[in-house]
Amino acid sequence: MTDKPETKFEPVIIGFTCNWCSYRAADMAGTARMKYAPNVRLTRLMCSGRLDPTFVFKAFAGGADAVLVSGCHPGDCHYINQNYKAMRRFHLMKRVLVQMGIEPGRLKLLWASAAEGAMFAREVNSFVEEVRALGPLNWNSNHVHTADHVMSVVAEGHEHEAEVAA
Amino acid sequence: MSKPKFAMYWAASCGGCEIAVLNIHEKILDVDANFEVVFWPVAMDAKYKDVEAMEDGSITLCLFNGGMRNDENEHVAKLLRKKSQIMVAFGSCACEGCIPGMGNFSNVNQLIDTAFTTLSTDNPQNLRPQTSYEVPEGTLTIPTMNPLLKTLDQVVDVDYYMPGCPPESHQIAAVVELVIAALQGNAQLPPKGATIGAGNSTVCDECTRKRNVKLIKEFSRIQLTHPDPELCLLEQGIPCNGIATRSGCNARCPSVGAQCIGCYGPAEGVVDYGARLISAFASVIDSENPDEIDKILDGLVDPAGQFYRFNLAGSLLRGSKYAKNGA
Repeated sequence: MTDKPETKFEPVIIGFTCNWCSYRAADMAGTARMKYAPNVRLTRLMCSGRLDPTFVFKAFAGGADAVLVSGCHPGDCHYINQNYKAMRRFHLMKRVLVQMGIEPGRLKLLWASAAEGAMFAREVNSFVEEVRALGPLNWNSNHVHTADHVMSVVAEGHEHEAEVAA
Repeated sequence: MSKPKFAMYWAASCGGCEIAVLNIHEKILDVDANFEVVFWPVAMDAKYKDVEAMEDGSITLCLFNGGMRNDENEHVAKLLRKKSQIMVAFGSCACEGCIPGMGNFSNVNQLIDTAFTTLSTDNPQNLRPQTSYEVPEGTLTIPTMNPLLKTLDQVVDVDYYMPGCPPESHQIAAVVELVIAALQGNAQLPPKGATIGAGNSTVCDECTRKRNVKLIKEFSRIQLTHPDPELCLLEQGIPCNGIATRSGCNARCPSVGAQCIGCYGPAEGVVDYGARLISAFASVIDSENPDEIDKILDGLVDPAGQFYRFNLAGSLLRGSKYAKNGA
């Protein structure tokens, strides 16, 4: 929800990327100065297999309009096969979220290698437009829906986890 | 010296918790010997105004069961909180919403329609309860339903949580003993916010079934199969919630051939019970092909119901969008 009704709705999207591929893809898009929508706030995990569905539920409960899960292409996992685990969790999570009344279009899985900066930027752009078309989710209407707020909700309880070196 | 005072109340619950308390058998006499029961609607006659007249903090121990379905539940919860020194969220309903919490999948109108129009209901005039109604003698009122059922700690400050649907009687007896010993100065109460009358591990930890590597090709419902009596149920594709559920029941259900449905609530450290189960179930699916994964997942007929049977109201999302948007 925006403060001024006349301004365009800017979705807040929380993205989870893996350290080895998709975060590097985003990094590549950045170093190559490709412009893409700033609506996605990325959280780097060591692997998409680290994605606890709790993070996704926390993001939605904290006011995110959508969640992006991104990892290495199937077969390319730095940890052998953990991105398959992420894939299975994604499928099951999506079913539960749909039962909760959250549109399937609010959760996206994107495989991106470290070389696919341009693809990453393009996919983020189209995801932002898809979510914009869905409108705000407003899960908890008492919450302030800023990206910083949502990020702080997602990080809650994980403060002790040290930042990992790239 | 007057005896410490004891209260027990039921909000949105089934009454099973009260029966579980009576199920402690002769230990109930210890409760009577050590406490003066001042308020317990299921066991004795008392009015809310009697409680209102009590001094703040005059009740030593209040076992509160049931969720916050309507404004009467919330009123009594706040009242008893003010009057009690130790407030215990007693049973799954007060801790996490339990079965009544599954009402949070639907909005209040849908719930009332189901209660007043379905086949088993005899309601030829299609009546609906009104929260206020004028009669010649005056206005009659009944409590108003909350859009979402809340847990006790979403409404008042809670000192201890005692999970279970209902809490096992041996656990209740142990807690009663502990409180009595603490009152006599022979024991120390656990720190505020602790879960009492339960273990700190998972149901799997207490389960005696044999465990190997879990690789699931197909989920099936327990009524459609003949599960091996020795082997872990989840390994056999039967959705057993033991992996995310708090221990304390001695793995009662799995030990008699039924899957754990999660009545003891989230295990220690679990933030969102359903999310933990999603993680666990998805991890053990034996496939790397998205289409096959989808086919295997079709075997879980109602995943949200499976994962949030007891914990919906206490979960991060608290209920579905349908419950939140309608009322």
